[in-house]
Amino acid sequence: MTVAAAAREAKPNGGSPPVLEVSNLVTRFATPEGEVCAVNDVSFAVAEGEAVGIVGESGSGKSQIFMSVMGLLASNGTASGSVRYRGAELLGLPTRLLNKIRGARMSMIFQDPMTSLNPYLKVSKQMTEVLVYHQKMGEAEALRRAVDMLDLVRIPEARRRIGMYPHEFSGGMRQRVMIAMALLCQPDLLIADEPTTALDVTVQAQIIDLLRDIKAELNTAIIMITHDLGVIAGISDRVLVMYAGRIVERGGVVDIFHDPQHPYTEGLLNSMPRIDSALVEDELISIPGQPPNLQSLPGGCSFEPRCRYRIDRCTLEAPELREIAGGRAKACHREALTPQAAVRA
Amino acid sequence: MLSYAVRRLLGAIPTVFVIITISFFMMRLAPGGPFNLERPLPANILRNLNAVYNLDKPLLMQFFIYLQNLVHGNFGPSMVYRDLSVAEIIGSGLPVSIQFGGAALLLALVVGACFGSYAALKQNSMSDYSVMIVAMVGITIPNFVMAPLMQLVFGVELDWLPVGGWGEGALANKVMPVIALALPQVAVVARLTRGSLIEVLRANHVRTARAKGLPERIVLWRHSLRAALLPVVSYLGPAAAALLTGSVVVETIFGVPGVGRFFVQGALNRDYTLVMGTVVLIASFIVLFNLLVDLAYGFLDPKVRYD
Repeated sequence: MTVAAAAREAKPNGGSPPVLEVSNLVTRFATPEGEVCAVNDVSFAVAEGEAVGIVGESGSGKSQIFMSVMGLLASNGTASGSVRYRGAELLGLPTRLLNKIRGARMSMIFQDPMTSLNPYLKVSKQMTEVLVYHQKMGEAEALRRAVDMLDLVRIPEARRRIGMYPHEFSGGMRQRVMIAMALLCQPDLLIADEPTTALDVTVQAQIIDLLRDIKAELNTAIIMITHDLGVIAGISDRVLVMYAGRIVERGGVVDIFHDPQHPYTEGLLNSMPRIDSALVEDELISIPGQPPNLQSLPGGCSFEPRCRYRIDRCTLEAPELREIAGGRAKACHREALTPQAAVRA
Repeated sequence: MLSYAVRRLLGAIPTVFVIITISFFMMRLAPGGPFNLERPLPANILRNLNAVYNLDKPLLMQFFIYLQNLVHGNFGPSMVYRDLSVAEIIGSGLPVSIQFGGAALLLALVVGACFGSYAALKQNSMSDYSVMIVAMVGITIPNFVMAPLMQLVFGVELDWLPVGGWGEGALANKVMPVIALALPQVAVVARLTRGSLIEVLRANHVRTARAKGLPERIVLWRHSLRAALLPVVSYLGPAAAALLTGSVVVETIFGVPGVGRFFVQGALNRDYTLVMGTVVLIASFIVLFNLLVDLAYGFLDPKVRYD
């Protein structure tokens, strides 16, 4: 997809630039076994107040996109391409300048709330330091704001609990603390990297509800990175499906769920247990094979070895992400995924 | 926390008792005695000496007499330094050793932590490798090589510092022995700090701190160093006990009048009471510093609870 297309996609009214605009992002890691390309030419944009879901299995590069965006790549990683926050380039920015944006205009929460908070500092300090640093606020005022924010994420007795250490909170409560901390400076964009994966199912639903309310009340754009399609369905407006470092399908959440256009998306949906399934004894259909090794990607489509719709062209030529009807895009040579089109493995 | 400390100290009594028992009987199993001199003493004098020091009584009896005195805070008289009691010898040497070991300890902690952090922040760079090579050299070169080398270079060749002696505790006399004592510890602390800081800098909560847009200075000081120093604190506890009770080698080479020298001299002279006195001293320091480490953990790590 071209940069222009990515920009067009995110600002239908042609107004201000999108909150986040990623174009042709490539993220590589140098490893002793050779270079690994975790993110391969990814472009997308997120508009103001929009919720975008990024779905893919472990190792598909979905987290590394946002590690690149936030400047949090491991020391052996390098990102190239372009990442713009409201039109301002972030890639290659010195940490000192990047720090004016991350944590203030653009925040991120992580998968494991058990270890993502500093175990040696009281929650109060971990929250107020954000305001003290970014908004030059006094400690007392910052504390008041932090308590308000804990109230907002529905932590009971916030005034008392803010003086506690992270280990005194449950997993769900810690993730709420993380969310509250991320929202302190009222960012335009909240990146949530598998925020519910480590939590109980009931707590998961509460956190999703909370994020949905935040999006509605504060008009914060949310990027939800997950491998759980249920989570995506609960919150996203649009969905990007990632496979082996590339976006393979993009579209509105309803379209993607009801009419997947990429064989991988179809496989993901089929492998999800359904409560409304006609046959109780229906087995889960898994996608055969393994995700590819990112060090030695096949020459053609990286999903081809696992695909039941593959044709000869798939082994020869990697499909580009191309626009299809309904404002959607897919990276697949096949036009329609019909049972007739399927080939037996 | 106070009750925890008291409980721990009471719990240490059996430990110290076992150490005393083993040392007492081991010392007596060694051949010779305090009065076996090159020129043997006349039999009647030897008999009188043995009687004065209770050495003519059965061994078990001697042990109980020693314990009884110890409970009353009496370490007994030295058997070789006739005019002095063990308490007096330790009393004169311990302040010197503490002063001197304390300075070395502080130096080891500050310099070691600084070098270790620097190496961790520059991981896998030339500066990291140089610091670690120097640290490795510091660990592997023993004191008894390093100390005379320092004397030769800074004392004899460059003539910057006195070669040895205590000189009534003048600062210039303290510099070399403190550095010689601290060097291996600096190296160990630097390596420990580097290793644990590298690990902490990769921890999830440090990633969160960076994602919050905090400057590296706060990420390092507030979010990383405390966790990184926990293993150093565990190491420094027993190390402090060893340093403060005096180093045999360094004290001997530089002629520092600390307690370390008396331990070895006592053992060589079969000065039973002096050896027992230093054993009790070192054992108590080790127990005490392990307790201090555990208490320090309570301050450093809020998850630690004393109950």
